Amino acid sequence: MKTKIFPIFLIFTFSIIFFVFYKGLQNTNVYTPTLKSEIKIPNFDAKEFFSKDKINSDQIFIGSDYYLLNIWASWCVPCKEEHKYLMDLSKKENIKIIGQNYKDNFENAKNFLINLDNPYDLIFLDNDGTIAIEWGAYGVPETFLIQNNKIIKKIIGPLNEKLLFEIKELTQ
Amino acid sequence: MNILKFFVSVIFLIYCFSSDLKAKNLEIEITKNLRCLICQGQSVYDSDSEFANSLKILVEKKLNEGLDEKQIYAYLKNKYGDWILYDPGFSKNTYFLWLLPILMFIFGGAIILRKVILKKKKL
Repeated sequence: MKTKIFPIFLIFTFSIIFFVFYKGLQNTNVYTPTLKSEIKIPNFDAKEFFSKDKINSDQIFIGSDYYLLNIWASWCVPCKEEHKYLMDLSKKENIKIIGQNYKDNFENAKNFLINLDNPYDLIFLDNDGTIAIEWGAYGVPETFLIQNNKIIKKIIGPLNEKLLFEIKELTQ
Repeated sequence: MNILKFFVSVIFLIYCFSSDLKAKNLEIEITKNLRCLICQGQSVYDSDSEFANSLKILVEKKLNEGLDEKQIYAYLKNKYGDWILYDPGFSKNTYFLWLLPILMFIFGGAIILRKVILKKKKL
């Protein structure tokens, strides 16, 4: 009896291990930081894009119902793709679009806005990428929807039709 | 007198250099324990991605502001979650990870002990 239990136990254990690993193969192994709860927006100092004046985040996120913070750069190809959706959102009255220009060359960034139009109500510079870390972002483009100084939605990667619709729903 | 001056300046330089090195070492130690989120599998120290480079600057900034190692880890954990640390602390999400080896050790030890006792009884 004892000799029979052992092989059965072994087969059982290995089939469980096989099953777990086989399932695991299909999982993505790329981690993306998710937004678990509504968190407060960070406080930081930055320079305004055109005038190069120093501004604090408190001066930026005040007065409007909703804010959409978009981290962008002229060298980022997906930023061009999502640009039309930002233009669409810029027509909405109750939402202010704030641009964070990430590690960019000023002339290139300016040309980007001239060629594709400027959807932003205000742009500030993030030349060394440390403000992006304050937001918990790790690449471009990333978009944050803000209400009452709290991040209510975080979008990693470019916007699309579906996300545009979601943002419009949220900011009704 | 000149020799004395020379020695004093040399000692001063060495002192400056070593204290600078110490700060740099701590920065390296911290960035080696941070996982790069762009090129996953590499530490921030090893990586040359935009994100990793910014994080290196940020760690240096925070150290200059007077934050210690633990505070910097807590700060980044708050932003990106446990995943960013290669050496996550003991929390409700990680207790299984930390306790599993100990459990396995105890379990294995119990099996061996039982075998030994059984053998002794037979003798």
